[in-house]
Amino acid sequence: MNIVVCIKQVPDTEAVIKIAGDGKSIDTGDIKWVMNPYDEFGVEEALRIVKDQGGEVTVIGAGPARVVEALRTALAMGADKAIHIKDDDLYGADPIAVAKMLAKAIEPLGADIIFFGQRAVDDDSGVVSSAVAELLGLPQLSVVTKVELADGKVKGTRPVEGQTLVLEAPLPVVISAQKGLNEPRYASLPGIMKAKKKPLETKAPADLGVERADAIEIAVLNPPPDRAPGKTVEGETPAELAANLAKLLKEEAKVI
Amino acid sequence: MAGVWIIAEQRDGEFRKITYEVASAAKKVADELGTEVTAVVLGSGMEGACADLGKFGVAKVLYGDGEAFAAYTTEAYTNACAALIKDGAPDVVLMGASMQGKDLGGRLAARLDTGIAVDCTALAVDGGKLKATRPMYAGKVYADVFINGTPQIASLRPNVFDISETGAQAAVESVAADAGEVKAVVAEVQAAEEGKIDLTEATVIVSGGRGMKDADNFKILEELAGKLNAAVGASRSAVDAGWRSHTDQVGQTGKVVTPNLYIACGISGAIQHLAGMGSSKVIVAINKDPDAPIHTKADYCVVGDLFDVVPELTKDI
Repeated sequence: MNIVVCIKQVPDTEAVIKIAGDGKSIDTGDIKWVMNPYDEFGVEEALRIVKDQGGEVTVIGAGPARVVEALRTALAMGADKAIHIKDDDLYGADPIAVAKMLAKAIEPLGADIIFFGQRAVDDDSGVVSSAVAELLGLPQLSVVTKVELADGKVKGTRPVEGQTLVLEAPLPVVISAQKGLNEPRYASLPGIMKAKKKPLETKAPADLGVERADAIEIAVLNPPPDRAPGKTVEGETPAELAANLAKLLKEEAKVI
Repeated sequence: MAGVWIIAEQRDGEFRKITYEVASAAKKVADELGTEVTAVVLGSGMEGACADLGKFGVAKVLYGDGEAFAAYTTEAYTNACAALIKDGAPDVVLMGASMQGKDLGGRLAARLDTGIAVDCTALAVDGGKLKATRPMYAGKVYADVFINGTPQIASLRPNVFDISETGAQAAVESVAADAGEVKAVVAEVQAAEEGKIDLTEATVIVSGGRGMKDADNFKILEELAGKLNAAVGASRSAVDAGWRSHTDQVGQTGKVVTPNLYIACGISGAIQHLAGMGSSKVIVAINKDPDAPIHTKADYCVVGDLFDVVPELTKDI
């Protein structure tokens, strides 16, 4: 089984996001960068499948030089090799433009399964996996919490609003991973040592024959809308607190 | 034909609420652009229902009938929608940022070689172009984006755009819609637990955190939720402790929610959690620690022990 996992490097979810001086991007000065949490589920699932069925796991990440850290993390978890699409200006780019680069990098690898996280926790778009599936002419199983392989087919369990669907597709296939798929392993110390010697290839977008053309353009970033200061609900006893809250919700906020 | 198009969403032959939200938002955009709203409806045996979309501002419905469209699949919907869009050349295409819209949008944008703004919370027209506002970093910042390419595609976050009934009946035109080759099929549909409301669709959410102390204690939140017709959510620490399923998690690595009322019980308010529920319309915090960060986000702060306050509240509602 030949598996590719596309990973993105994102700010840690605890990061405080500040808008940069240009008003269109974020201030990256104090940010701690991590592998997108949803991508960890993809790496873990790929490693489990390869352990069971044999094969190889290749991780691909696009962005500036620091993205190598996220790729090394995946190698330390157990991936076999990595490809870095290096472009210093790529962070914050349009996801469809990034999908075009990833598709070109994936194409020659002959992958049976291509994993993604279901969305990146920075731009929150969640469209790269389906765009790559389209560009490669492959079926997609989006936002899955369970993957089963049998007879050259793959089944993916996908929770949607109020239902759970089991989707089935032939290989090759693009799968986007949702929390619940597995428990991602931590990189062990021997894993981290080994990762340093694993192959990591660097390509420029031009090597892939693509030019970046962003299809969305951020005009401005704004802080979240201000909320009016909160009101402390009065009351000496739990019963009074509850009664006063219920009254406020009914008569003032009118939400119940 | 041009104009503003929407991709309708149906389940078992009935339009979902998000379709009315998208139609209502589309009508406002179309009015500003001086054009009309056309809805693409794919389904099986739905001719009768289509004209009703007129109530929500849709002037015309393009209806594609076929067994292949009875239930949503990515490829059938992409193939049919892309062909209709290429033919009709709308300026703007809107859909819900539901599970369907999030799945379809990226594929459709790649097929049509255009841009998409996902999960938008506001739309405007600026210089003849659509300006879409979308939260990033789970709501830590909001971006105003313009979409290059034609059509300009955007998906709209559920439960944010008001439904407005303005029109009458829509003109319905049956169109030949081709599902094409479909490789990924629905093998099985498992119904969810009876009566359980999905967090992303809930108008009221009662959520519990570390302060719940164990899984059994969520019963008191279930009881309150039952009275309010609410969904029950959980913070990451409650999910990581194994008290609730990961599908109940609200936050940056869980679900980003926008209910009318969010009641946070025993939740301290880690930055990841605040990001996921911060755009709820009204927030209530019930936490005995007056310094808990959740109180800084809340509209109504109850400083008290949830184990005493929540059962009383259930009685009062």
